[in-house]
Amino acid sequence: MTLAAKAGLAAQATNLNSELDVQAIRAEFPILQRTVRGKPLVYLDNAATSQKPRFVLDAIARYYEEENANIHRGVHYLSERATADYENVRGRTQRFLNAAKSSEIIFVRGTTEGINLVAQTYGRTHVGSGDEVLITAMEHHSNIVPWQMLCAEKGAKLRVAPINDRGELLIEEFGALLGPRTKIAAFTHVSNALGSINAVRRMTEMAHRRHVPVLIDGAQAVPHMAVDVRAIDCDFYTFSGHKVYGPTGIGVLYGKAELLEAMPPYQGGGDMISSVTFEKTTYNKLPYKFEAGTPDIAGVIGLGAALDYVTDVGMDTIAAYEHELLEYATEKISAIPDVRLIGTAAEKAGVLSFVLDDIHPHDVGTILDQEGIAIRTGHHCSQPVMDRFGVPATARASLAIYNTREDIDALAKGIERVREVLG
Amino acid sequence: MAELRDLYQEVILEHSKAPRNFKKLANANHRAEGFNPLCGDRFTVYLDVEGDKVRDVSFEGSGCAISKASASMMTQIIKGKTVTETERLFETFHKFVTTQNRTESDSAELGKLAVFSGVAEFPARVKCATLAWHTLQAALEDKQEAVTTE
Repeated sequence: MTLAAKAGLAAQATNLNSELDVQAIRAEFPILQRTVRGKPLVYLDNAATSQKPRFVLDAIARYYEEENANIHRGVHYLSERATADYENVRGRTQRFLNAAKSSEIIFVRGTTEGINLVAQTYGRTHVGSGDEVLITAMEHHSNIVPWQMLCAEKGAKLRVAPINDRGELLIEEFGALLGPRTKIAAFTHVSNALGSINAVRRMTEMAHRRHVPVLIDGAQAVPHMAVDVRAIDCDFYTFSGHKVYGPTGIGVLYGKAELLEAMPPYQGGGDMISSVTFEKTTYNKLPYKFEAGTPDIAGVIGLGAALDYVTDVGMDTIAAYEHELLEYATEKISAIPDVRLIGTAAEKAGVLSFVLDDIHPHDVGTILDQEGIAIRTGHHCSQPVMDRFGVPATARASLAIYNTREDIDALAKGIERVREVLG
Repeated sequence: MAELRDLYQEVILEHSKAPRNFKKLANANHRAEGFNPLCGDRFTVYLDVEGDKVRDVSFEGSGCAISKASASMMTQIIKGKTVTETERLFETFHKFVTTQNRTESDSAELGKLAVFSGVAEFPARVKCATLAWHTLQAALEDKQEAVTTE
């Protein structure tokens, strides 16, 4: 294992109090060793995508080099190996999320596809004319548009629970919007633009009291905290592999078996059937009913490695480390004159969205980039959130396990540089 | 750092802080909205065209230093020009900010707009520099829908 980070080196000095040895972690991410524009890379765009540890890259290479074959159909050795490894990741994902059964884990391309799958299958079956779908004002476009499309098709209404000036959900308002016509509630676990952590257990309980099933967008939560779908009791939970140190193009949809069983398939094709004639097709059992065609096998293997990696570091260790770093960053960045933080929820994950004076975030991003600092600028695919705060865009720094106080210091210095350049 | 100074030249910064013709044009007979969906920049360009001549032009909206300065300087330079001259100018400007192989005559034709030469080194910012121009073109063509830089 590559995780010297956790074991042998833990005794070495770290620059934070938690038990994570960040320098050892950093050594495991090849890309962090490179320079950008002649400066050491300071990667603070983790909410967009995280970097990948050697352990994940090796797992993907090993699959292609040693066992590449199609799954679920070959009688030959390689196919059996690939099938076993692919299905093994399903089991590990089940344990990672604490799902009841491995058949409740569906591999999809990412969070966006997970949400679309539910909107197009469960949604189209259960949402009718005059019904309502409830979301929140802090959703990412991918948890808005699929529901808008569904509502437009069915003549249903999209209701939006509001947030306050700190970027926290007004949970009473959310409760009040759960009505007799609400057919599903879909909300994010952690806001990508604001960092706010939603009280998903409580929200799920409120929805269930009104017999409303719940989908949670976990894209920004899974990399940063332990997630237990049975403790939350949500009906659907979806996340992307690439934000949790895995490859792009792979993600997970968890769904309660009884709901998934009753849902029609999403896409038709091979693997999702048990028998086909021109008159009639019998669909395969879970989870294969929702996995038409040859899946992203290498992606699944890479995802498995990524989940092993974070499990090995420890989700609680990661959460504690990132929380400390966020506190440091919040203090440091908000101390810079004319910086306004957008999103100051009491419960927050490692996202710092900010605006600087009347300087456009795009200009901030370009100048930071010259210093080797990668942040996201723009509306973060959350235009309604930007509208809510009256800004066209923000600059966003988002944290991961390999970020350090030095990264934050570089960011703070970079922001000062922005002012020097733009005067 | 020299590169950044090439991009954010004094003239550009000055225009971005105090944009010219930054208002609604009461007697506009053409207008269009332009939108850069990637960064949220949004401008409306107003035109008063008589015959073939741009009698007056203005703009409103929000954007980064590059897009705002570009819009501001565009309004200054095209005022009084013919529609044909304006279109030709956009063509030269577009070439100027997207390629390295510029000619002396390009720079001469662009005059003050040549301060945007640094943009070519920053491909991500080309859309910022050209947003106002795309919007201007849409206004001349009376496009009803907002144009985007995508």
